[in-house]
Amino acid sequence: MRYTVTHITTYHYQEAVAVSHNLVHLGPRDLPYQQVLGHRLNVSPEPTVFHRSQDYFGNRSAKITVQSPHRELVVTATTTIERTQPPIPDPALTPPWEAIADTVRRADLVELLPVVEFAYPSELVPADSGFREFAEPSFTPERPILEAAADLSHRIYSEFTFDTKATTATTPVQDALRRKRGVCQDFALILIGALRSMGIPARYVSGYLETTPPPGRPRLVGADASHAWAQVWCGEDWVDLDPTNDCVPGERHLTVAFGRDFADVSPMRGMILGGGQATVRVSVDVMRL
Amino acid sequence: MNMAPDLFSSALIAGYQAQAAKQTQTQTQTQSQTQEQPESQAWDEAFDRGHLRTSWRQTMNCLGRLGAAGLSQRRDQALRLVRDNGVTYNANSERGIDRPWALDVVPLVLGAEEWHAVARGVAQRARLLDAVLSDSYGPQRLLREGLIHPAAILGHPQFLRPLHGVAVAKRLVFYAADLIRGPDGRWLVTGEHAQAPAGAGYALENRIVLGRALAEAFRDCQVERVAAFFMSLRKTLRALSPHHHDNPRIVLLSPGPYAETYFEHAYLARYLGYNLVEGGDLTVRDDKVYLKNLGGLHQVDVILRRLADDFCDPLELRSDSVLGITGLAGAIRAGSVAVANALGSGLGENGALLPCGERLSRHLLGEELRLPAVPTVWNDAALLTADLDRFILRPTWTQRGAPIDTEKLTAAERAALSERIRMSPQDWIGQERIMPSTTPVWTGTALEARPLTLRVFAVADADESEGYAVLPGGLTRIGDVSKDTWVLSAGPVATVSLLQPQSAQISLKRGGADLPSRVADNLFWLGRYAERVEGLARLVREGLQQLTDGGDPAAVLTLLDQLGLKPVDDTYAGLLALIADEDCNGGLRQNLNNLRRSAFAVRDRLSNDTWRIINRLEQPVADDDSIAQLDRLLTDLAALAGMGMENTTRGPAWRFLDLGRRLERTQHGFELLRAVGSTNAVLETLLAVADSSITYRSRYLTTIQPAPVLDLLLVDGTNPRAVAFQLARLNEHLGHVPGEEDRALPTEAQRLALRLRTNVDLADPEALCRPARRAELAEFLARCCDDTTRLSEVVTSLYLSHAVPTPTIR
Repeated sequence: MRYTVTHITTYHYQEAVAVSHNLVHLGPRDLPYQQVLGHRLNVSPEPTVFHRSQDYFGNRSAKITVQSPHRELVVTATTTIERTQPPIPDPALTPPWEAIADTVRRADLVELLPVVEFAYPSELVPADSGFREFAEPSFTPERPILEAAADLSHRIYSEFTFDTKATTATTPVQDALRRKRGVCQDFALILIGALRSMGIPARYVSGYLETTPPPGRPRLVGADASHAWAQVWCGEDWVDLDPTNDCVPGERHLTVAFGRDFADVSPMRGMILGGGQATVRVSVDVMRL
Repeated sequence: MNMAPDLFSSALIAGYQAQAAKQTQTQTQTQSQTQEQPESQAWDEAFDRGHLRTSWRQTMNCLGRLGAAGLSQRRDQALRLVRDNGVTYNANSERGIDRPWALDVVPLVLGAEEWHAVARGVAQRARLLDAVLSDSYGPQRLLREGLIHPAAILGHPQFLRPLHGVAVAKRLVFYAADLIRGPDGRWLVTGEHAQAPAGAGYALENRIVLGRALAEAFRDCQVERVAAFFMSLRKTLRALSPHHHDNPRIVLLSPGPYAETYFEHAYLARYLGYNLVEGGDLTVRDDKVYLKNLGGLHQVDVILRRLADDFCDPLELRSDSVLGITGLAGAIRAGSVAVANALGSGLGENGALLPCGERLSRHLLGEELRLPAVPTVWNDAALLTADLDRFILRPTWTQRGAPIDTEKLTAAERAALSERIRMSPQDWIGQERIMPSTTPVWTGTALEARPLTLRVFAVADADESEGYAVLPGGLTRIGDVSKDTWVLSAGPVATVSLLQPQSAQISLKRGGADLPSRVADNLFWLGRYAERVEGLARLVREGLQQLTDGGDPAAVLTLLDQLGLKPVDDTYAGLLALIADEDCNGGLRQNLNNLRRSAFAVRDRLSNDTWRIINRLEQPVADDDSIAQLDRLLTDLAALAGMGMENTTRGPAWRFLDLGRRLERTQHGFELLRAVGSTNAVLETLLAVADSSITYRSRYLTTIQPAPVLDLLLVDGTNPRAVAFQLARLNEHLGHVPGEEDRALPTEAQRLALRLRTNVDLADPEALCRPARRAELAEFLARCCDDTTRLSEVVTSLYLSHAVPTPTIR
């Protein structure tokens, strides 16, 4: 499937901003099942510093500094991308979860170094007994890892309420876990915390999801949003799981970046001098070509 | 053992000798009950089974000669010096309460030879940790080759991924190790400090104090000097500068006055000659770091940081940090600034590395480890929880927080701790119990044997054979009390001073705009609070005096009312509440606290003499002696003002200090003069609190009238207490703010100050005091009060506001 994704972030400030420093993760990465055909990042006003680089996890990132006084900042990312169906292993044939946890605990295989670091606590997903309590019912003895993880994901989908009012970007994920409410970001972090509490490596994925309009309604440009889900290590490969939609992401999920949690791959994070009251508008459009 | 004869006669020393032996015995008993190591007994630093150690002979000789009375007197002298120098430790940083630094009068003495071994061991550990850090932030060979468990690095919360792969000249510039000495006399490491080790400044201050309090012993003992260590630090930091090698701009970055060891930040900044800055003083433009001064931005070359590394850049590291410098990581990546220790070196504060020191040393350095750690278990919930009593538990990733002595826990606490260990075993280390050595401590009546820990400091120095220079001595601690640490010199002591001229010649400078806005702000408020406290103290003292003489304090109450202060009643106690009550809004106590806080925030800018005066400023308490206390406070405030006038270079720092003082006195003057139309008693009180009674009488004898009082206190430019005098100074200061000298048009502050000055100069006291024109006078003074308030706001927004970046919303 081929898409053009347009992601526009607009900040409005009541007073002039003297300096604005931003760190963005808006450029999708290449994967065996995903090819970026073109990517453009436009910033207005003209930035003084504009560094494009790869972060620690190999994601595309950029540092953007605007040093002229401004009341509006617009960052537009436009990407053309080809996505195919990632291979999904037969859950029943994946190794028992204890075997994965055991390998990770021993951590004596050099080739697993890039994997084991996703088993450790991170800034937004600290070790918490709540995760373990939530995870345990899905992790019956000898259960194949992907079955256990998919069950966990399914339980989040069925037991939790999607509620955009319940949490903000700064709400600790343990709150969302306790209240069983939140948005895709919270659900992804809860799935990650629960998997890690059992000793299983799990990654946070930021990306987009192609949405379909309700039957009979026209497709609305810009009505889409950033999306987030998780990946679980299944012994050979990472497998994506989307607890918000209770599915294994395929052709319609577009991966931008992955990290230990949201803090590693936040699409846009910034610090400003001045500005006063500020508003932000984010518009995402995933268009199938 | 060959002891000096007078030692035998000293009851003091004999008492310790007996006590140390007894202490050893009891400890041995406890030990043998819990463990099968009957031969282990605590090492005593001074005595070896009843025999005085050679290294202690001279010190003990001196202590013996001093006797109990002498020792107590020296202890008091030391404490006085500590207090006068304002040495504090902010133990309760939440509430910002500082307590004086506690220092024992008896030093810890270490012989030259044994010290040499310790110093080489500490330097080696520093080299080793530096190599581990470089590998972890680089190729990660140690992980690939399985020499370190991945969780020890990749699971460390301070492994800062944005800094991975960023090349820096030196990662571990400053290092410290905490040591204890076991029963066999061997020193062992309990923990390492790799971010921004605290304590070297306190060790230096301990030396300065004890070198004076025990001057004769210090001389006789040939103690190694510590200044060379700080010269190494300066040399290394200079060499780190990416450019301007001859005279780079180096700053000391502090979290601010609420930090536990803020005293030390200020102290070291002064001693090393660096600007003490907070995150808000620095800004990043074009991937370069700048210091925001009154006169503009100045590029910073090297940052010596005392801020935890994950707080250093809210853009790339912890986004909730308000103490950092937005964009610092980017500037480091661009190579425009060096930070010591390098961002990310918090990874070196790592209990998980302690068990594998020997292996790492052989692998990375090709050397045997000289100074091993206390036997440490990491990431082993089964072992730790099965035999909890065997261990002292510490968090793996941080040096903050006290270790947990498992023997002192309740059953419930033990269960909770075991559960926490089982849940995240990588977060805990257990260290075998080692009985620490004891050393004599002066309790006020006797020398007592107490267990000690020693923190030893090392600084990278390319000219040293070990790659690190080690501070001879360090910070010895007995619980909350510290000790100076004397390392005896093998040969004659080399004395060096930090003020020695360096080879490169620096160009002469005068004045200069080198004043961060935050510092100017604090000086401005220091001036204001000093003046406010003085004004209030004078007024209340006047009221108390009138009450004591059986008079009526009505006039004082009228004037207090002008300042918005209403005592609960007109009694002595009511007035006292204004100066002594903590809850009295705008009262003396609050303002005196604010004065101290402002002074503390610019501690590095104040001379030692000025600081001593600020330390002397005493909060009056409510009792019969209050008037005398206010007298003393006012004398000390006069001394403070005198230091400002006579001992301060006429640079921007002085201007902002004086600006604050003048502005406050202007405001105070306008407010009080609003009462000029009431009773004669008010007029007399006005003169008294403005210290102008004598001038008045010499001009007008005993006739008291509003117009001459208004003239003397408002318009008379020759009276340093008159408002006109303040306004003349204000106008002068505002004309000399750095960066403003060449302006064609006046700033808004200058316009306001000029208008105030002109209005006051042109005021006609006789006309204004005519009964028919009372309303006009009131209106005039009200306008002046408003203009003064506005002037303060404008000065603040023009020069003093240092905007702190805020996160963008998501």
